Amino acid sequence: MTLKAVVNNVAPMTASKDVVVDIQKMSLTFQTADGPVYALSEVDLTISRGEFVSFIGPSGCGKTTLLRVIADLERATGGDILVNGVPAQQAREQRAYGYVFQAPALLPWRTIESNVTLPLEIMEISREERIKRGHDALKLVELNGFEKKFPWQLSGGMQQRASIARALSFDADLLLMDEPFGALDEIVRDHLNEQLLKLWARTNKTVAFVTHSIPEAVFLSSKIVVMSPRPGRIIDIIETDFARDRTLDVRETPEFLEVAHRVREGLRAGHSYDD
Amino acid sequence: MTGKLDKFCLVAAVFALLSLVFPLSGVHIETGKNVAFVADLPGLASAMVACVVVGVIFTWYGVTSVVRASILLLIVVFGAWQAVAALYHGGLAGYASYGFWMFILSLWALVWRAIDVIANYHTLENGKQQTANLIVPVAFGIWLLFLWEVTTAGCGVPQVLLPPPSMIGVRFVNSTGILWDDFRQTFLKAVIAGYVLGCGGGLIVAIAVDRVPFLKRGLLPLGNMVSALPIIGVAPIMVMWFGFDWQSKAAVIVIMTFFPMLVNTVSGLNAAGRLERDLMATYASGYWSTLFRLRLPAALPFIFNALKINSTLALIGAIVAEFFGTPIVGMGFRISTEVGRMNLDMVWAEIALAALAGTAFYGAVALAERKVTSWHPSFRVRRH
Repeated sequence: MTLKAVVNNVAPMTASKDVVVDIQKMSLTFQTADGPVYALSEVDLTISRGEFVSFIGPSGCGKTTLLRVIADLERATGGDILVNGVPAQQAREQRAYGYVFQAPALLPWRTIESNVTLPLEIMEISREERIKRGHDALKLVELNGFEKKFPWQLSGGMQQRASIARALSFDADLLLMDEPFGALDEIVRDHLNEQLLKLWARTNKTVAFVTHSIPEAVFLSSKIVVMSPRPGRIIDIIETDFARDRTLDVRETPEFLEVAHRVREGLRAGHSYDD
Repeated sequence: MTGKLDKFCLVAAVFALLSLVFPLSGVHIETGKNVAFVADLPGLASAMVACVVVGVIFTWYGVTSVVRASILLLIVVFGAWQAVAALYHGGLAGYASYGFWMFILSLWALVWRAIDVIANYHTLENGKQQTANLIVPVAFGIWLLFLWEVTTAGCGVPQVLLPPPSMIGVRFVNSTGILWDDFRQTFLKAVIAGYVLGCGGGLIVAIAVDRVPFLKRGLLPLGNMVSALPIIGVAPIMVMWFGFDWQSKAAVIVIMTFFPMLVNTVSGLNAAGRLERDLMATYASGYWSTLFRLRLPAALPFIFNALKINSTLALIGAIVAEFFGTPIVGMGFRISTEVGRMNLDMVWAEIALAALAGTAFYGAVALAERKVTSWHPSFRVRRH
């Protein structure tokens, strides 16, 4: 973190140079015709550099909303959110993160290469540089050779990998992923989870990952944030210490099952059975 | 034998057989005698016999392949040729009677069956499939022209009511000079200018309307009203404003084409999904960047829709506008004056020209659409 960023950090909080996301007493209320909906309430969370943080919880617990607040796609109605030491909006304008949505959201009129280099094009980076970086990003997700294809010529899993390559192409340190593999079948999902883990281990990026799958959360994360609905809040934060180069086999170990059990207990405790 | 009799071929055989028996023509007004008998027209008689024979054979064996359908088509072509020859050289024109019409019905049944078989032809060989796809509309169109020809000639329809297509064709070929001048005046000057201005203006205003909310509320209803203005009310006023030449016609076209483009583009600009807009927001993409990289490409199918609608509207507008004052050239001018002189074949030649120009214009826009929006689900082909 540069000195400038620390100086910009006007909020009186611990400006550790390793904190990428710092959320304090953040709340978000949607005003609807049926009255206010408390999407998030009093959320406190810090994400450090190099962490892989999963947000898990039932639908409606605000995990996607939380990710969108970090990305400045949604504005909090209370509290502070700092990303890289600056307010979320400023961080977005500095292109501090790559965002992967639930759907690939590839533009159908662009080839895979030109989709992946779209952010670079918006940042007005030269053409040769774009092609080089796009090529590198596609290599990271093992999609090299598909540069000239159109999105609809690729399978769902490949499309989602292309959208990850797009988020990686401009080399932001922070990767925000909103249930990126939710629509894929289990085999493809396992494979992509392994690839993502390798990518994380290799690039040392910070990842925030929304999921509703317990095995996925436990397998991928170094920190699991368990959330509960109405209002959306954090009820447990679990740190794990699996090796960074773990494989899918880790899912059979007692440690893994123990963490998974704790996550499940947390989810159960936070779940309201009135519906 | 396919187990079932082919009904269309059966009908064809029966009607061809009857046509050999029934009188071919009515009685001549002056001589009081029958104009012609089957025996007088050996060509027509042989075509009738051929229809009977082929009809019976295919009734029994069925039209099971494209080859058999092609044989039917060849018989129909021969029959049609003989029918037209009998009309103009056998003296049947104006006097055709039951026998002749039954022969036409027989041909109709055969051509129907043949086109039906070819239309259902499916093959993986691209060339053959394309040929089959081309034969169907061409055969259908030629058949309609043939029906028009024999009906007008056979019944002796007055040329003022409806001239036969052959007459229109002759007039068309003999007046290419006039037609070219009219085409240049109406299409190349008025239509192109009005179309470009109207569509371009609609597109730019649509972007402004989308950008400025109060324009949406203020301008869209106004545009709606302008589009509802009757063209025959606006055209004379435009002639007052912009003079007799093509400029006033272009102005009418601008009024006609502006609104479809405006409305389509406004809805097209909202076609980009929520997800894609969020995506652009994560890259801190500005208004213009998002407009050109996301929203306009997403709006292209809508814009092309308007371009296609306007391509036909523009030609109609130009021709109608020329009824209200024009230099002595132009398609609309020619139609209005030649009607007055009872030169209906010239009017029809102009109509044919308008149809050709309109179809070509529409086709060009549709082709451009295929090229530009080849990514759209309605066009894309899987290429691996």
